[in-house]
Amino acid sequence: MKYELVIGLETHVELSTDSKLFCSCGGHSSPKEPNDCVCPACCGMPGMLPVTNRHAIELAVKAGFMLNCKINQYTTFDKKSYYYPDLPNAYQTTQWFNPICVEGSVDIGDRKIGIKQIHLEEDAGKLVHDEATNTSFVDYNRTSVPLIEIVSKPDFRSSEEVITYLKRLKSALQFAGISECEEGAMRCDVNISVRPEGSTEYGVRSEIKNMSSLSEIKDAIEFEKVRHVDALERHTEILVQETRRWDDVKRRTFPMRNKETAADYRYFPDPNVMPIVIDDAWLEEIRKSMPATADEKATYYEEMGIAPKEAAVLASDRKLCEVFDAVVAKGCSAKTVASWILTECMGIMKRLEIASLDICPDKLARIIELVEKSEITRASGKKVLSAVFEKDVDVDAFCEENGLNSKVDESFILETVRKVIAENEKVVADYKGGKVKALQALFGSVMRELKGTGDPAVIRSLLETEVNK
Amino acid sequence: MKYYINEICSSGNIAVDDNLLVKDVPATAGSKMLESFIPLFSAEVVERLEKAGYGISGKTNVSEFGLGLVGETSYFADAEDKKLLGAAAELVKDGKVKAALNVDLNGAPRRASALSGVNFLKPTYGTVSRYGVIACACSGEQVGVTAKDAESVKEILTAIAGHDSKDGTSLPAEKYEYTLGEDVSSMKLCVITELYDKASDEVKAKLDAYIAKLTAKGAKVEKVSLDVVFAAQTAWQILMSAETCNNLSRFDGVKYGYRTPEYKNIDELYVKSRTEAFSFLTKATIIYGSDALSKDKYNNCYDKSMRIRRVVLTKVKELLASYDAIITPVCSKAEYEAYNTEDAFMKVFEESLFTAVPSITGLPAMVSGGVQLIADSFKESTLLSIAHTAEKEEA
Ligand SMILES: [Zn+2]
Repeated sequence: MKYELVIGLETHVELSTDSKLFCSCGGHSSPKEPNDCVCPACCGMPGMLPVTNRHAIELAVKAGFMLNCKINQYTTFDKKSYYYPDLPNAYQTTQWFNPICVEGSVDIGDRKIGIKQIHLEEDAGKLVHDEATNTSFVDYNRTSVPLIEIVSKPDFRSSEEVITYLKRLKSALQFAGISECEEGAMRCDVNISVRPEGSTEYGVRSEIKNMSSLSEIKDAIEFEKVRHVDALERHTEILVQETRRWDDVKRRTFPMRNKETAADYRYFPDPNVMPIVIDDAWLEEIRKSMPATADEKATYYEEMGIAPKEAAVLASDRKLCEVFDAVVAKGCSAKTVASWILTECMGIMKRLEIASLDICPDKLARIIELVEKSEITRASGKKVLSAVFEKDVDVDAFCEENGLNSKVDESFILETVRKVIAENEKVVADYKGGKVKALQALFGSVMRELKGTGDPAVIRSLLETEVNK
Repeated sequence: MKYYINEICSSGNIAVDDNLLVKDVPATAGSKMLESFIPLFSAEVVERLEKAGYGISGKTNVSEFGLGLVGETSYFADAEDKKLLGAAAELVKDGKVKAALNVDLNGAPRRASALSGVNFLKPTYGTVSRYGVIACACSGEQVGVTAKDAESVKEILTAIAGHDSKDGTSLPAEKYEYTLGEDVSSMKLCVITELYDKASDEVKAKLDAYIAKLTAKGAKVEKVSLDVVFAAQTAWQILMSAETCNNLSRFDGVKYGYRTPEYKNIDELYVKSRTEAFSFLTKATIIYGSDALSKDKYNNCYDKSMRIRRVVLTKVKELLASYDAIITPVCSKAEYEAYNTEDAFMKVFEESLFTAVPSITGLPAMVSGGVQLIADSFKESTLLSIAHTAEKEEA
């Protein structure tokens, strides 16, 4: 019999807010020392009351827009109770009854994955175990940092679809500035079951908790698929609905202790957080603050004169867009900037194994300006750019120190040209005898002598004048 | 009687219940759990009084987390405190302070002021900040003022009321103006028969005498039936207990407060710390509330209680459309006797029949001359004016 996978995902994503969900402590930009970023509210002291972070609400609404959701303009917060040392209040404020976004979808190519809901909630803290002293420490820096949980419908039929979805999700959230989606800041619970192909009923479901790496997610799904099919086909075990965890060393899933999962969370509306009413004006304001989608951006770049293929590459990455827009805003021509980013920057990034473009637009603009004004050569420009990537050098100082400035040494170029002509009598003779290409060889020698610093147009004209004397 | 758990300044003129925070002064809320807890900030109401030039005399003894009848379940109560009187109300009665701030979450300060013969006003929910209250029942608890006369209640309430951005349920008005000068002679008042009938003869006589003073001034008083008072009592018990269960769960022995000396693992740390530090009444309330919130019972207990809350509010508001205020007893008896610890939960539940309507609806209520007056939202001035008129009659 053929079996098909049925998978649903719950994805937790940390929001890019400046402060926590219910207090004014710093948000996602994580501090270095444990408990650097806490206040009486987020470490569970009595007497504190929650004050809702409007920016978190706005980012959740933006996520709803990105994932084609219906926005609940009346949304509420609820308390979820359980005891754990990383949860200082012994309850997590979340959205159980009236989540902020519902009924959306994510396009994964030939299919669409349904989104059941997106809700806001607080993150928990972190436990640090010290084996040496057999002691556990608690770090509350992350407590109450705002998260959204994106709950998909059970629409996935393969691990590949899951990975495509997560990649799309990540780029959508990054693009709209909703989340940085840094390493580990996107965590998934994977609900998985199998059923005979063509069946419309669901099989027994297992939930793999708290996964963050794409490759582990893929491996865990493949492992579960085999385990489920074996159980059904060969009765290797009796499947029960349970929560499991992935062991990356043993490369398999294990059931979690029942105790960790069989809790009654005693949800009830939080009387201290007034229902949030997102009126039409506020909703419109949020909609207006949305960045253009990748498609809109690409069209816009094409209108600026950039080739469709290049425009699409630029528009697909938020960082590329940001740098491009900023450099163009400084007065550089769009086409030139596109070529610098797509050829030079990406080349260097590939060589240095840098994943995302992180360069000060002012510096790139300055390099382009110097090259355009022929103050340095394009080759020198590349050299500075490389140094900017590697050591974040100052552009003008670097040119100065390394003698890249091509304006100053016209007399030196002339000297070098004469020297090359004197040393290459045969080549000069060839040229004079009608071999036009020989001039190119002379030009190359001058360039080598000058270590690429001279202005090529100047060199060529001086060379032509001198050789024909 | 042990008035203070911690004294601050003998020349201070305002006493503050120990479930309200004063920066750097231990805040025990009457519990062994918080015996060593020192808050990092003051309650907004305390800050406002200090800014207005008042001095805080000390932290008055309260029943554990304010859940008892008056102060009897305090971990810091003396053996002789079985007299069952409120510490703050007694301090005010004896003239040791001008006024006291109390947290009214299930009627304790209202009962205490009735027993001691002083005034107490629980203002409209949302008009006084709850920032710095060691919370139990957030959806209904309010900071109120105990004082000897209506004039002083008005003065202190004016100083503490008004919007606080640190409290998400705080209403927007920056300031509230109160008056003692409303004309009582033209007022129409009503007595709720269901509550009147449940009171002792002594309490009935007191209430009749109070009414006589008002009718002598020309006010009209009628008896009416309001049968939702029983539903209000049960629903408030459920909401109050459930929220208390949730709010007190942060006291787990991990971060601050009492921690059991010996434990093998985290679960034992939780269970032993909480078992050893909480009193019987607190545990009973937590268990009752936890049950009401459980998956199987949520719809029929907690959710239904929230719906009952709306029904009660509607019914009482209908009544208050025809009457300026409602008069009821606030305690079943003129004096409380000591009771067995195991009876605490039922004792408090029985007595909450008289106090539940203002608690569950958030309407303002005032205790004056041993009786309770209830008015519509923001009508504190009506309550103050009635109390002021009755006071003058006494003199
Ligand atoms: Zn904080």
